[in-house]
Amino acid sequence: MTVPAPMVQRDSLLRAALSSRSFTIGAAITLFVALAALLSFVWTPYGFAAQNIPNRLQPPSPEHWLGTDHFGRDMFSMILVGARTSISVALVAVSVGVLIGTPLGLFAAARRGTLLDDIVMRGNDLVFAFPALLIAILITAVFGPGAVNAIIAIGIFNIPVFARLSRGAALSLWQREFILAARVSGKSATRISFEHILPNITNTLIVQATIQFALGILAEAALAYVGLGAQPPIPSWGKMLADAQTMIALAPHVALVPGLAIVITVLGVNLMGDGLRDVFDPRLRRSRT
Amino acid sequence: MPAFIFGRLVSLVLSLLAASIVIFFVLEVVPGDPAAFMLGLNAAPDTVAALRQQLGLDAPLFERYFTWLFGMLQGEFGTSYTYRVPVADLVADRLWISLPLAIYALALSTLIAFPVGILAAARRNSATDVSVMGITQLGVAVPNFWFAMMLVLLFAVTLRWFSAGGFPGWDDPLMALKSLTLPAVALALPQASILARVMRSALLDTLGEDYVRTARAKGLTQRQALWRHALRNALIPVLTIIGLQFSFLLAGAIIIENVFFLPGLGRLVFQGISSRDLIVVKSVVMILVFAVILVTFLVDVTYALVDPRLRRAQR
Repeated sequence: MTVPAPMVQRDSLLRAALSSRSFTIGAAITLFVALAALLSFVWTPYGFAAQNIPNRLQPPSPEHWLGTDHFGRDMFSMILVGARTSISVALVAVSVGVLIGTPLGLFAAARRGTLLDDIVMRGNDLVFAFPALLIAILITAVFGPGAVNAIIAIGIFNIPVFARLSRGAALSLWQREFILAARVSGKSATRISFEHILPNITNTLIVQATIQFALGILAEAALAYVGLGAQPPIPSWGKMLADAQTMIALAPHVALVPGLAIVITVLGVNLMGDGLRDVFDPRLRRSRT
Repeated sequence: MPAFIFGRLVSLVLSLLAASIVIFFVLEVVPGDPAAFMLGLNAAPDTVAALRQQLGLDAPLFERYFTWLFGMLQGEFGTSYTYRVPVADLVADRLWISLPLAIYALALSTLIAFPVGILAAARRNSATDVSVMGITQLGVAVPNFWFAMMLVLLFAVTLRWFSAGGFPGWDDPLMALKSLTLPAVALALPQASILARVMRSALLDTLGEDYVRTARAKGLTQRQALWRHALRNALIPVLTIIGLQFSFLLAGAIIIENVFFLPGLGRLVFQGISSRDLIVVKSVVMILVFAVILVTFLVDVTYALVDPRLRRAQR
């Protein structure tokens, strides 16, 4: 009996989302980058690792749309594959944060005021004291650099973000009447958390996930830039910038192109997140725009 | 108030202890023996053993942890495996670049964000507001190290107003500040974008409050109400973000140092990683975490000073 209602709601949500300009623009950019990343699995104009030294540091041309780097590699092909690296690292890192942080936060809220709640929250505070870069430095010192370790570092940093957010949102829900009704009907705290609390905080989590996804792309680029991320020959936008640093006076495009790729992607994801937030919580729209 | 500060101090000490345990034991599981690494591939086993003993690496785990911990309390971080000088001296030298850089960037970020955020909120929905929101949206998306490279391209390579990197030392403070200016701007602008947006939305929230309407009803102009009532209350969320930003700026400074070839903590820690000089890595990470925890503590205390309600409502 309750089944049709969410369907109708979802339909109108989609319409509201599409009427939000920042969501439409942001989603279009994000989709474009995601498609570029997918395209790189089946097609790139040149091999992303194919070197052609005599042809190095060429500016953009019909043969090489975005020019070539200091090894004569095709920048367009590298950007396409780099999108794959960026998106997959950020996506997995956000999933780690959501999948571990949210249950922790829900658990802490269900056991609010107890020692367990305190332990979870203090643990979160502790992780918060380590910026993602420091976690990455520690992990790299132990296991060596690599994309997987970058994921772990950014992922660990995401855990307390989602734990705090879901605990805070869940705490206010625990005071509501429909939760009281569920408790009276004899449901356990765990069941209430997953059947009633979780669906009601999903919107908040989705908006936060887009923010963390954008931050994840920036963090991945920064880690790769200092040599703690994906290792050659796998292209990564941050690594491309590190290589470009000494060539910047000779061939500015080698620094411009990967940087713009990062800016456009992050901008798209952020715009999409802003749009979603407005759609999910129209009260905010008045104060924000 | 003293009870509040005491409570926060206790949690500060506990956090530091927990952080030191995490850092120490994470780096303990590192594969590879620093002594063997220092002596190279052809070292005789007994030479390695002797060096291990000299470095104190043969002591039991917990003993080494407490030696490290109590050493740090006395400002004694141990001796770097590669530089063969006290880590405390190395860190102190490098801190004189990283810390001023982070503070410089924080000052710039605040100086830019406050007027911009206030202006956007005061002229809500005007062309000014719309362009501020557009530019800050872009600023949030720009990686600071890439922005740093663009600054180098424009101001060092093309215009030649600044040098592209390096640090002349503090003997000439003006030159030192000048060489930290491009790095500080690169660090500050993305943070300023975030801070300006927070400032704007916090101010818009307080401008909608009843006490602002009351102030207007009493005959204050919109501008007077903004400066006397709305702004003070809007500072609370802004303060949190400034506190958070300091740790981002310190961590960001590590990366920006690479762009400008500044011999700060960042260079020290990356060299430490590649040469397995783990005592340096351990100490630098601990100091940075200490800075983050200390700033969080200071923000909490400042909060309580600014807003008496928070003193009572503590968890």
